[in-house]
Amino acid sequence: MADSVLELRAIRKSYGSGETENEILHGIDLRLERGEFAALIGPSGSGKSTLLNLIGLLDRPSAGQLFINGEETGLLDDTDLTRLRGQQIGFVFQHHHLISAFTAEENVAMPLLVARGRPDAAMFMKAGELLDQVGLADRKSYLANRLSGGQQQRVAIARALAMDPSLVLADEPTGNLDTHSADDVFKLLRAVNTRLQTTFLIVTHDPRLAQRCDRIIELTDGAIVSDIRHQPAA
Amino acid sequence: MKSWMPFEWIAALRFLREGRMQSVLIIVGVGVGVAVIVFMSALLSGLQGNLIKRTLSSQANIVVLPPEELARPQVSAEHSALLIQKQAQRLRSIDQWQQLRDRLQTWPEIAAISPVASGPAFAVRGDANKAITLVGIEPERYNRVISLTDRLTAGELRVGSGEAVIGIELAKDIGAAVGDKLRVTTADGSSETLTITGLFDLGNKAVNARNIYVGLRTAQTLLGLVGGVSNLDIALHDLDLAETVAQRIAGETGLTADSWIRTNAQFVTALTSQRVSSNVIRFFVGLSVAFGIASVLVVSVIQRSKEIGILRAMGATQKQMLRVFLLQGGIVGFFGSLLGSGLAWFFLVLWRLMARNADGTPLFVIGVEPSLVVISAAGASLVGILAALLPARRAARLDPVVAIRG
Repeated sequence: MADSVLELRAIRKSYGSGETENEILHGIDLRLERGEFAALIGPSGSGKSTLLNLIGLLDRPSAGQLFINGEETGLLDDTDLTRLRGQQIGFVFQHHHLISAFTAEENVAMPLLVARGRPDAAMFMKAGELLDQVGLADRKSYLANRLSGGQQQRVAIARALAMDPSLVLADEPTGNLDTHSADDVFKLLRAVNTRLQTTFLIVTHDPRLAQRCDRIIELTDGAIVSDIRHQPAA
Repeated sequence: MKSWMPFEWIAALRFLREGRMQSVLIIVGVGVGVAVIVFMSALLSGLQGNLIKRTLSSQANIVVLPPEELARPQVSAEHSALLIQKQAQRLRSIDQWQQLRDRLQTWPEIAAISPVASGPAFAVRGDANKAITLVGIEPERYNRVISLTDRLTAGELRVGSGEAVIGIELAKDIGAAVGDKLRVTTADGSSETLTITGLFDLGNKAVNARNIYVGLRTAQTLLGLVGGVSNLDIALHDLDLAETVAQRIAGETGLTADSWIRTNAQFVTALTSQRVSSNVIRFFVGLSVAFGIASVLVVSVIQRSKEIGILRAMGATQKQMLRVFLLQGGIVGFFGSLLGSGLAWFFLVLWRLMARNADGTPLFVIGVEPSLVVISAAGASLVGILAALLPARRAARLDPVVAIRG
């Protein structure tokens, strides 16, 4: 258990109740180790996003247990869950979701600001370093909506790393980008994974992208139908 | 980003700054509302203050009179029906008025007391003969209750032996001026010739036509009230306490005490109605300001739902999101009130320039109390926060999953 960043035991999720109850996930067991770089694939409606929301602690399972770094999350109240999410999980979304009223640097520092309550020099130093790592040091004072799509996604990745999370969840991180930018972003994620041993779970529709990950988990109709570890394509 | 500012303040200010047009429009909206409230309040208090001042220019806040004389039947009413005729009230003095005056003088609510000997008489000059009220006063004390000196249009307030100050209407009626003489005769035949030393205008035609001010001793002699006074006129520090103080005086002394509030009941009712109707208007203006703020913030919550979702996803608590939007309401209210106070001040200056009497003097004095600005700023900020409560709760309760997917 020591190196397990994420563990799901018999996770079920259903919506509605009684006759209208609709079970989306039918008992998922999954374990991600520290430093893993995994892809989650599956057709639309297979439950990928629902699973990602549960893993991201944005939603609670109907049954089963979910551990983040060995901590059972079912026992936490909303405030503790929010805190755990802020500290341990980073998000990268398809549509970037930067906060347009803030600059690139401020967006990256935002998780630190939310957690600490007031700005300080250390958080901006950290934001600066992260922006440097994603190659946007010269864009730090640009407002978020003045950056290109690829740049915004890179800022979002830097932001996801601000709290040094053990797990980064990326929902179609390259889905909205042109091929060149998508490749850049993927390489960036990979580089972070290699350097910091951060665990990544990437939801994608793109089979080529999945092939470049260490592990491919396939979800169909709310159940894991295959889970393959392989040597990634270059 | 200012290092001393908490996250909530930074987010609230940035959100307002980003939605610049929306923020400016709602601040102007709040400003207009606050301007109406401040302008109305200042105008109304100026108008009412002026009306009360004019009304009280010729009367005391409280007049203490001897108790009414009651007929006391000699036969017991136990076994027979009695018809008691109301007794005619004669002019009497207040018993022990000096002691009473000294006692009342120690009450903190009372600013000044003036003994007055007042009663009916006739003023005769040549062929003219007018019914008048003879008012005997000690000028120095009386001035503290009703400032007669400020109301003189000619001569001076000098009421020594054989001297009188009369109203401008009476002067016109009997064709007299300062320095002329007139004869005053009372019902019991006492009579004295007086020299007119001054003319007054108390802003009330009836009073100007009827009152003749003489020295206290002269009135006491003419009215047969030697050493006595018919009433004690009282000025208070706070006009609104008149009825309470009057009732206390009546209760403690057994005398009759009439407050200006009771004497001018209809006038006071009119003022109260005016105040109530203006409060109703102010309430509804405040309500529309609150709805304006709330509706803008509701739109802002919808527009920013994705950003709220992402902030929640990165660890912002519900309470933090609640505060971000409550603060926006408060900030809009605060800046709106500053703008509104400025606008109100501008309109009041304009009013002062435009609303003037025929002779060019201001219609009445309107003062803007600095406290009114402070109260309106605090009030508008509070209204802003309250108005933001609903949208802020909505933002706080936004499900991050739904918001991000939205």
